[in-house]
Amino acid sequence: MLTLILLLIPLFASLIALLFKGESVKWFSFIISIFQLVFTLYIYFVFSSLNNGLDKEITQSIKDSLSINIDWINSPNINFNIGLDGMSLLMVFLTNLLMPLIILSGLNKNQERPQILYSLMLLMNFALIGVFVSFDGFLYYIFWELALIPIYFIALNWGGPNRATVTLKFFIYTLAGSLLMLFGFLYLYWATPSHNLSWVDLTVNHICSCKQGFIFWMFFLAFAIKIPIIPFHTWQPDTYSTAPTQGTMLLSGIMLKMGLYSLLRWLLPVVPNGVAEYTPYVIALCFIGVVYASVIAIMQTDIKKLFAYSSIAHVGLIAGGIFALNMQGFQGALIQMLAHGINVVGLFYCAEIIISRTGTSDINSLGGIRVLSPRFAMYFLIIVLGSVALPLTNGFIGEFMLLFGLFEYHSWAGFIAGLTIILGAVYMLRMYQKVMLGDVNENVTVFENLKWNEELILAIIAILIFAFGVFPKPVLELVEPIASHIFKLSFIK
Amino acid sequence: MNTLIYTACLGLFGLLAEIFNFRKYLIPILVLGLAIIFSLNLQTWNHPQTHFNGMLSDSNFSTAFSGLALFIMLVILILSTDFYSSTDDEKHISDYMAILMFTLCGALMMFSYANMAMLFLGIETLSISLYVMAGSRRFEVKSNEAGFKYFLMGSFASAFLLFGIALIFGVTGTFSIDGIGAYMRMHADSLDPRFIVGMLLMVFAMLFKVSAAPFHFWSPDVYEGAPTLITALMSTLVKIAAFAAFYKLVSVCFVFAMGKAELILTFSCAATLLIGNLVALVQDNFKRLLAYSGISHAGYMMLAILSLQGSTDSALFLYSVGYAVASLAAFAIAITVFKATDTESISGFNGLGKKNPFLAACLTMAMLSLAGIPPFAGFFGKYFIFSEAFRNGYEQMVFLAIISSIIGVFYYMKVIVAMYSKPANEFEIKPTFSYQMVIVVCLILSLVLGLYPGVFTKLL
Repeated sequence: MLTLILLLIPLFASLIALLFKGESVKWFSFIISIFQLVFTLYIYFVFSSLNNGLDKEITQSIKDSLSINIDWINSPNINFNIGLDGMSLLMVFLTNLLMPLIILSGLNKNQERPQILYSLMLLMNFALIGVFVSFDGFLYYIFWELALIPIYFIALNWGGPNRATVTLKFFIYTLAGSLLMLFGFLYLYWATPSHNLSWVDLTVNHICSCKQGFIFWMFFLAFAIKIPIIPFHTWQPDTYSTAPTQGTMLLSGIMLKMGLYSLLRWLLPVVPNGVAEYTPYVIALCFIGVVYASVIAIMQTDIKKLFAYSSIAHVGLIAGGIFALNMQGFQGALIQMLAHGINVVGLFYCAEIIISRTGTSDINSLGGIRVLSPRFAMYFLIIVLGSVALPLTNGFIGEFMLLFGLFEYHSWAGFIAGLTIILGAVYMLRMYQKVMLGDVNENVTVFENLKWNEELILAIIAILIFAFGVFPKPVLELVEPIASHIFKLSFIK
Repeated sequence: MNTLIYTACLGLFGLLAEIFNFRKYLIPILVLGLAIIFSLNLQTWNHPQTHFNGMLSDSNFSTAFSGLALFIMLVILILSTDFYSSTDDEKHISDYMAILMFTLCGALMMFSYANMAMLFLGIETLSISLYVMAGSRRFEVKSNEAGFKYFLMGSFASAFLLFGIALIFGVTGTFSIDGIGAYMRMHADSLDPRFIVGMLLMVFAMLFKVSAAPFHFWSPDVYEGAPTLITALMSTLVKIAAFAAFYKLVSVCFVFAMGKAELILTFSCAATLLIGNLVALVQDNFKRLLAYSGISHAGYMMLAILSLQGSTDSALFLYSVGYAVASLAAFAIAITVFKATDTESISGFNGLGKKNPFLAACLTMAMLSLAGIPPFAGFFGKYFIFSEAFRNGYEQMVFLAIISSIIGVFYYMKVIVAMYSKPANEFEIKPTFSYQMVIVVCLILSLVLGLYPGVFTKLL
């Protein structure tokens, strides 16, 4: 029941938001998202009390309160099956942590038809939570598709120049991937003896290993497009730089985590033989992506595109860690998903602040902002350090575990993955140096002070970066059981 | 059967309206009449019966499809109040209405036939009414062309159908579909070649009627030329009636003989999917776009006929409902916009998102449903048909259908992009109340069916 409430609040809120007129809708969505965050924390405490050695009855009643499984459609056999485990809870937490920040970032902006924009964002919130809590393949698929519609319209209506072409490419690309996934699900449905798509069934009754390779590609393509893994990334840099900042934050912070999450949830345990067969190729793809995206990021002069490519490099490493198929890799991937979500939202928000004040996104025509706004420079530095994985920031733990996992897979893999940290430091620090340090560029003579909501968002992100960097224990404890569970399931019998 | 008789009575009543001069009240009376017939039709549910010495039979299949047909006609009638508003149209309104009622009669016969003669009668009643309606804008060249083209091609197909029936009668000695079915079962291993030829001729005729490739060439021209409301009728009611009749024909009479025609049907299905979607990509006229999209939808529905050993009638019905409600909503919006902008090209929708957000949002939903994106009925219909085809082992065809629906998304999105990202045209747009009602009802149905399709998945 708790999960259902968590899922339905944003849906109803998105309908109510349509009734508002003017700016008040922003406050309404903000309050809803704060409530969602508090509610998620409450669920987290309920969930973590499961491990405290309570007696069986209470444990059972808590488990019942977290999951719902009712018949939805009889033929074909589809259940409305939602629930929470450590991995879902982590992703739901990430979503509901970032939503208030994303909504807050729009408060002082002049936006056209805000009630529709915020209604779409809340709808997006609903779909994202749905993806993370679904334990039935079909239900999961519906939410996966549903998440695409609001973000498409956000980018189409509130985006920058050339948005029609860019967003159409994004839409078709991702939809093509998900239709292939639909084919995969259809196959699984008729191939499993019980004829249903519940996660538990799919992970226990594997299909014939001769077909697993094919189904693997059907799913992998869908996820690879969403993540994105090279060579399926071409939609991403354009979309990130064209979409409005709030849309970019949604896309990069939360939506691409859908792909990574789905690798762990719907790919590895469902077709383990197929995964084992193609792992080397996938890891190779991930590494090509990491190096290629890093090199492009080094050459990049557009700040938003630089962050977009850096994001490709980071998620490439996460995907590689997942395909290393060991505990460290899984755990590292989950933690890094949380860290990357927070950092990338911070990065894009800093980019937005710079672009809105100076009117340019070209790194070469910026410079010396630190002199004009030292506080902004401090926040920006913290976020940059977080994303280059400095120890004591949130990026470090996850990246370290990912490297560890990859090293265990193969020492060369660990070595190449290590490159990303160096390359990441190169493009990030170079960017920071050009934009913030040095002499004041003539384009940037005035740099307005941070507004209260901007400062609040940056401060929260900075605190989160340190908090998870210094004290990652709760997150580690949250994901450890589910990571080991998935590890067991993905082991070939 | 009662449904059919009462509908025919309504048609006659429409003709009488001309004589007794109460044209003004005609449409409300017909709407009321259809609503009553709709509820009467529901009473035949679970009461299978045959009438007129086995000419017609009521079954759940016919009841369900008749209900859908009555609903579509009800919507068309409500839309026609504002569509036929010029003085010339008002003079002929009773003729139009009577012919529409007879079109419906033809469709109802095609759902409940139990005899080849009734199938032929049904198809002819439907088609002849449509030839007239397609050409009903007498002073427009395109409308005349549409009517004439449809008539020439359609009568050719009817001849095929009749020849096929004759050959099958020659072999089996009966017109009754159950009799033919019994013959087919008895001689499944060694079928008379004349039976096969007859079957193929009938299949070709039906492929023409559902506008499947390579017999689809008439449909874009006819759809474009016919008055928009009649295009709506053709792309929903007529297509669904033809598919239901096709399904019934194949499932009762030819199911074991289909091995001989399977290659042809598979080829035709694949070609329909690809041609419909690919050619739609380059269309600029919205009606032609919907015509090609209709062709591609025929391809998806043919998957249900291909794989009917597993009795896919529920899937076909669900798909038909989803397709019909989305198309009706799209056409209702298109009629409103065409009237305001005086163009039928997609550019007519430019800037609708700013001009009239309500209509734009509704058209977006209709397009998403036609493109098969959740949570609309179009998605679930497609999923259900794919799933059934998968179960019966047509994996490659499902794969092809999935590829072609990716292509299909392009042109549906073209309309959405035009509405939201192109600068607005100069025009005033005011949808009337009846149009708004129709649009909202259709979309709510689409949404409800998409969220709870369980009502229909085990219906038949």
